[in-house]
Amino acid sequence: MDAELSTATEIPQPNSFSFDEESLKAIEAIVKRYPPGKQASAVIPLLYVVQRQMKRSTGSGWVPNKGMDAVAERLGMAPIRVYEVATFYFMFNMKPIGKHHLQVCATTPCWLRGSDEVSRACREAGKLGGWGQTSEDGMFTLSEVECLGGCVNAPILQVDDDYYEDMDYESTVRLIEALRRGERPAPGSVIGRQTSAPEGGPQTLLDVPGE
Amino acid sequence: MAKVTVDGIEVEVPNGVSVLQACEAAGKEIPRFCYHERLSVAGNCRMCLVEVEKAPKPIASCAYPVADGMKVFTDSPMVRNGRRGVMEFLLINHPLDCPICDQGGECDLQDQAIAFGGDASRYREEKRAVKDKYLGPLVKTIMNRCIQCTRCVRFATEVAGVPELGATNRGENMEIGTYVEKALTTELSGNLIDICPVGALTSRPYAYVSRPWELRKTDSVDVLDATGTNIRVDARSGEVLRILPRTNDDVNEEWMADRGRFAFDGLKRRRLDRPWVRQGGKLKPASWAEAFTAIAAGIKGRKIGAMAGDLVDAEATVALRDLMAALGSDHLECRTDGAAIDASRRDFYTFNTGIVGIEEADALLIIGSNPRVEAPVINARIRKRVATGGIPVGFIGPRGLNLTYAQDWLGEGGATLSALVGGQHRFNEVLRGAKRPMVILGRGALARPDGAAVLAAAWQVAVENGMLQADWHGFNLLHQFGGQVAPLDLGFTTGIPADVQALWLLGAEPSVVPEGAFVIYQGHHGEAGAARADVILPGAAYTEKDATWVNTEGRVQRGRLAVYPPGEAREDWKILRAASEVLGLRLPYDSLDGVRARLAEANPVFAGAGFVAHGCTDMTGPAGDAGGVAEVAFDTTVHNYWQADVISRASATMAECARTYLPQAAE
Repeated sequence: MDAELSTATEIPQPNSFSFDEESLKAIEAIVKRYPPGKQASAVIPLLYVVQRQMKRSTGSGWVPNKGMDAVAERLGMAPIRVYEVATFYFMFNMKPIGKHHLQVCATTPCWLRGSDEVSRACREAGKLGGWGQTSEDGMFTLSEVECLGGCVNAPILQVDDDYYEDMDYESTVRLIEALRRGERPAPGSVIGRQTSAPEGGPQTLLDVPGE
Repeated sequence: MAKVTVDGIEVEVPNGVSVLQACEAAGKEIPRFCYHERLSVAGNCRMCLVEVEKAPKPIASCAYPVADGMKVFTDSPMVRNGRRGVMEFLLINHPLDCPICDQGGECDLQDQAIAFGGDASRYREEKRAVKDKYLGPLVKTIMNRCIQCTRCVRFATEVAGVPELGATNRGENMEIGTYVEKALTTELSGNLIDICPVGALTSRPYAYVSRPWELRKTDSVDVLDATGTNIRVDARSGEVLRILPRTNDDVNEEWMADRGRFAFDGLKRRRLDRPWVRQGGKLKPASWAEAFTAIAAGIKGRKIGAMAGDLVDAEATVALRDLMAALGSDHLECRTDGAAIDASRRDFYTFNTGIVGIEEADALLIIGSNPRVEAPVINARIRKRVATGGIPVGFIGPRGLNLTYAQDWLGEGGATLSALVGGQHRFNEVLRGAKRPMVILGRGALARPDGAAVLAAAWQVAVENGMLQADWHGFNLLHQFGGQVAPLDLGFTTGIPADVQALWLLGAEPSVVPEGAFVIYQGHHGEAGAARADVILPGAAYTEKDATWVNTEGRVQRGRLAVYPPGEAREDWKILRAASEVLGLRLPYDSLDGVRARLAEANPVFAGAGFVAHGCTDMTGPAGDAGGVAEVAFDTTVHNYWQADVISRASATMAECARTYLPQAAE
């Protein structure tokens, strides 16, 4: 969790926000999923739309107040109802973040498999002071998150929307350096594991009946 | 109906009520924080736990419906233990600052901790700290004290109709506020202070002023709008320190508008506290005797008229009328705003449906009124009706007003009203399809050259659309101040001729005073009327006299003296009685009972009290040509809610509100 939660007034906010072409197209598709009169249900997907648009336009994926107001207007809700939802969920960044959002899972399976090393690697290679902080060069923001549901390939480091799995100290450092160079390594297991199959290839059902 | 046994007492309650309500029906007190009779059920404080037979755990009684044959225990060991545990959790993060807390002495948390809590704290860790929030110039917040009952959130959303408060962040970090730190845009914000069960939301003007047990409490009536809100005036050493609403389900439920609640500091500023007499073109301080002598000399042989203002009580009005009659004058006027009110029949100028009647209406037409600022509490009642019944509301007036409920904007003014009169408007269908339709006509809509036509047209709309029935009167005039109806009841409508040579102004601020006229101003605040006066008689404000008030419904209510008028100021009927003595026209009453007997004689409505629901069988309309409505847009006349009358214009609190909410008007 963020070390410091704050109300919106302390964060420099953009003066305006309007949905761009890509967002409008996405919103149209999203709102159609809900029956008429129940558009408010689309608030979470629309907040993601805002966050992605901010990422596209400013390089920092966060949700400014004006963005929440735009969602409220689009869905016919009171703005405070959108603020409530957006501040409740940790996936929405209520203040500007770095170019890459490093989200370290620290729930028990990942922790047992070495998430402490992953976060140490993030802090050292990404030059980050601690949870919730952004590096001075604006490249990285480090967050601790709850279970990402990838326990089989623990520990997990989620960078923006991508999962990097089976991480350890060295692979995390390599990943961060690659990101800093502007590369985007392929997501998934960094030790070559096939999806969630056992490490080092199949362990059971090795014999094929009849052979 | 369901039979429920509460602690061995059998009660019968309607199906669907909560266990808490059943317990109350059985006379058992259930502690609660989040539950409030007039708000939706949240069920998040858990203080109202009770035990139900065969239920494995204690249940939150506010959110649990009754079932037939249910056996409830409100004082079993399980219940006591459960409540003690809940209280312990609530107190974990609640600061121990009761000695400096303004809620101290009237705090639900304090009281219930004594009654239902444990006797010691086991908590040794640090308490959480929450930043205070900004909610505007009236509500002070100390958010450390918040127990997150969300009553304020629900009040703002449901009753006030301004969904601006919410709970942001989550869990341990949850905070109540607007998130964007803005002033709440409601005229009902003071009620947040009342419903907050702890000291998180307190009155900013009342901060650190007094303790509840030091105050002398006097029941009275608010006159700063025409709702007739029942109030309690809390005073100490001759000074009003705060005003709170009293519950009256027929009028204000338990709500109150901000102007009535907070404008009382205007009672201490710009007061007329001694008589003044104009000598050599300048007003000079005088004694009562000198003032009366000056009046006797000033009005001698002159044609005199009298005007009553917006905040005058019935006793003073009838005394003024009698004095004028003794002087041989019947030039009386109270419509200082120029509203073309026809007082020939009482239902032409009152809110006949009744405030409580709004809840029965199934279609509403508002003409030239913004009830949100003219009568915020009545507006909350309309909002309640719209929210629960979804009734259609047609609105004729400025476009884009936020009345806090959905309204069907029909048009800006006269042309739309004329179309409705002809039955050619689409909204006629809605009204004709309704069983209990009603119309609210703003007093401001009558204060224009074609006012009489507007009144006649609105009445005709009521007649043509079935609003007048034997047991339902759907025609309503919404006044703006609590002293506007009583003078109408007492015949202050004969008019002032242009050639009048002397004027007695009872709190009235006329737009024009004939040149050379001798002017007597009797009132409590000096504004234009007093500045023009030749003699000023200092009167008492509404908190300073035993007086009768008539609200927009025509409901007769009595207020009581809470503090004495300042300086040499006196109750207004007594001033008139004393003046009559000097003029040699002694009025025949010496006591309040005497004046009230005279009142009842002058108009029988003053013999009773309250409001009698009535229908309408006589369709004859008020004077005026319904076809003569000009095609001019209706303007809402209360532009500055915060400073609409002499008292609120003298109030520093209201001035700050005006600066906050109407920055352009304050300049």
